[in-house]
Amino acid sequence: MTGAPSAGGARKVSRISEAVIRIAGNSQDGIQAIGGFLARLAGRSEQEVMTFMTIPATISGGPSIFQVRIGSGEVLSSGDDADVLLAFYQHSYEGHINSLKKKGIVLYDSDHVQPKPEWEGDYHHVGIPISSLTVEAIGGTAKDKGKNIYALGLIAKMFDLNIPKLEKLIGERFTGKDPSILNNAMAALHAGYANSPSNLLETFQFVESQKKSGHQVVMNGNEAVGYGLIAAGVRFGAAYPITPWSDIMELLRRELPKYGGTFVQCEDEIASVCMAIGASFGGRVAVTGSSGPGISLKTEAIGWAVMAEMPLVIINVQRGGPSTGMPTNIEQSDLNIAVNGGHGDAPRVVIAPANVEDCFYMAIEAVNIARKYSVPVFFLTDQGIATRIEAFTEPDLEKVFQDITPDLTPVPTHKPYDLSAKDGVTQHVKPGTQILDGKYPIATGLEHDEYGHPTGSPKLHMQMTAKRRKKLQALAATLPLPKIYGPPEGNILLVGWGSTEGPIREAVDRSRAAGDSVSAIHIRHINPLPNGLENIFSGFNHVLVVENNDEGLYGYGQLAAILRARYCDAKIQGVNKTDGLTWKVKEILEHAKNKVRK
Amino acid sequence: MSQSVTEQPAASISVSTPPSAERKGLTKKELAADHPTWCPGCGDFSVLALYFKLIEKRKLWHEKITTVAGIGCSSRFPYFVQAHGAHFIHGRALPFASGISLSRPDLHVFVFGGDGDAFSIGGNHFNHTARKNIKMTYCVMDNWVYGLTKKQTSPTSPLGFKSKTDQWGAVDYPINPMKQAISAGATFVARTTHTNPNHVLQMMEAAMDHDGFSFIECLSECVEFYEGAFDASNPRKGGVFNEVPKSHDVTDELAAYKLANEPFPGYFGIFYKNTKPTKNAKEAEINKSFQTKVAGLKDWQILQKNFDRLK
Repeated sequence: MTGAPSAGGARKVSRISEAVIRIAGNSQDGIQAIGGFLARLAGRSEQEVMTFMTIPATISGGPSIFQVRIGSGEVLSSGDDADVLLAFYQHSYEGHINSLKKKGIVLYDSDHVQPKPEWEGDYHHVGIPISSLTVEAIGGTAKDKGKNIYALGLIAKMFDLNIPKLEKLIGERFTGKDPSILNNAMAALHAGYANSPSNLLETFQFVESQKKSGHQVVMNGNEAVGYGLIAAGVRFGAAYPITPWSDIMELLRRELPKYGGTFVQCEDEIASVCMAIGASFGGRVAVTGSSGPGISLKTEAIGWAVMAEMPLVIINVQRGGPSTGMPTNIEQSDLNIAVNGGHGDAPRVVIAPANVEDCFYMAIEAVNIARKYSVPVFFLTDQGIATRIEAFTEPDLEKVFQDITPDLTPVPTHKPYDLSAKDGVTQHVKPGTQILDGKYPIATGLEHDEYGHPTGSPKLHMQMTAKRRKKLQALAATLPLPKIYGPPEGNILLVGWGSTEGPIREAVDRSRAAGDSVSAIHIRHINPLPNGLENIFSGFNHVLVVENNDEGLYGYGQLAAILRARYCDAKIQGVNKTDGLTWKVKEILEHAKNKVRK
Repeated sequence: MSQSVTEQPAASISVSTPPSAERKGLTKKELAADHPTWCPGCGDFSVLALYFKLIEKRKLWHEKITTVAGIGCSSRFPYFVQAHGAHFIHGRALPFASGISLSRPDLHVFVFGGDGDAFSIGGNHFNHTARKNIKMTYCVMDNWVYGLTKKQTSPTSPLGFKSKTDQWGAVDYPINPMKQAISAGATFVARTTHTNPNHVLQMMEAAMDHDGFSFIECLSECVEFYEGAFDASNPRKGGVFNEVPKSHDVTDELAAYKLANEPFPGYFGIFYKNTKPTKNAKEAEINKSFQTKVAGLKDWQILQKNFDRLK
């Protein structure tokens, strides 16, 4: 946030193109709500926006933050350092002052925060008795409720935000609730906006953003996955609640009935994957999903889906592991289980969206790959994408919506595992379909012949194992190579997957601005990989794979190990971290520098 | 959702099969697939034969039924039947079958399996499928022993049964399938035995006609590893076959529980039956109420309404 001061009155007004605002408090203070309003407002103002949040794993309360980065140009990550820190408590102030840029503004609730004199030189302190002013504005019953909206009013003033648009957003949020709640919220917003702290020496104005084509929609990754599945034609799902997957399950349970679909909450993770597979067998690709330990529990049934060649979509919102691990932190450590989890040679598809928009479109892609290749598809997101709010161009829903109602037209004959099929790609006829020669198929987990009947034949096991592999090799041939961000040749190529795309691209931008030769690719299709990555790698001296997972026994993260196994290329190295937080741009740069120096 | 198997499917699903009248009922020859792999004399043969008889008698079509099983000797069942079927993983046949039942109201799902599948590895699925009252017929061929893996203790093995995993005799108290089913909330609970074919067929027909989760425990002797286990229930072997008394009220849960508590050979017939709404019907009801609100909209327009709120 570096702005040019504009002429005007006593208080300086700076024109800025972007800002990073970090709101720190406790989870019950509604800081996610303020963050959400800011993000949505940015989307409606045709600005780019990205958020980052942490939530405690405890049942109620505990420190929590919401960071929002709003930009008039392209926003790639949620930002390393904040321009403004809004701190509700002493612990929020002390714990997050480090995330503030030098000379940044800390806006604190002086009812709860005692500023430290040693920090007053480094950061511009603006103390406001937010709690008591909120009570003053909306009455004694307010207590802790409403101070978030009061603070939103302060921020609106500081950044010259569009108040009528904010009012509209708040109005929509409280539709259908007791009208007194909306009245209180409006009162708090206006009181905050009207407050003009004498020691706030500067306010800001976003420069006009470039006009986007069409409208933007604003949502988080979990919502985008859920809506993508609906657009893809999925009408059945089954799951068990677990953080951070549960949001998707709740959305589908709520939305599917409108489309004549059903989402079932099962007794456990195993039942849910089995039920989804049963529904897929019934004729229409179904979805299950989970996080962490839930994924481990599903692996046996996924092996059946590979063997029986049954389409299925498994959403894995990754979290820190192993075991219960870190339920609300970011980690990309489930790639191995997604690619290899379970016993036997069991090839399946693994894809990973890189941002919220991807979550929508790649959910549709996952369904279509599952259908076309009759295979389970793992869809790997992580806590970083799941709860991140982004604005993206509104999809043309009429165009993307699919009808995948099963076709039950009678067929003369059917071999579910026809070995003569091109590339080994076969599809099942659905139950309810009359097969005129009277020979009906069995879907099975035993090694089988072409009709699905069990066999102990060594030859058939070899042929069927190859069939299950070949169809993924055929898929690989259709996959697009990732686009290179930056020049196709140079010193360092950063390789990422999942939620790290933004910070990696920003790392490329910063390095190039500093004169370093760095480019990046982001891999969305991980199993199978697209063909031809070696041609990209050959343009660089170093290939550094940036992942939120451990460097492993041999010094490579999970994707790095796959790439090394495939390309036997010693220049492929891992850049890893396991702190459970998103990559900061400066961390990527430091880690990369260290790797290259070694 | 509550139509019987022989009726035309729900309007929402288009099945372009000729009307039932034009097709002759299936014969045993048309229904038999692989030759069963069971040992000669196994009780499961009679269950299979009676399933064929049920299909013939009730004029079901290949494509209108789905046969599902887990793992075990009895779970080989789907391979022996010419109909759409699935041989799933150990203990999980019920959730798989639930996925079919809840997404395909036009099919009747029959699940076959053994006591290990139902009461050991899949025990919790049994409880929850029963309590949710998901429409299907579940026939457990109970032989009191693990046969496929060659004579280990099963959850229904009686105390003292000498198996390879309890060489001195089973020490764990067995599960009583009838009590388990009643207390889990199953809405149709019946008991039969493979040595009385007419009775097996009668129970299968009643189970199929029940709109809900219908459970049959069918004693099915393992001649290889537990010979003579059920002799006390077989008049030809000097035992007694006691039908559920005519005076028994099948809607009386406590009375059913008392019947289930009788020592072996106990009673045979329908112990319990009631008609509470199925999950299938309840979900259909939920869908109906939601769909009324979006009547006239295409699917994409329904989502568009959500997206309009996300701007």
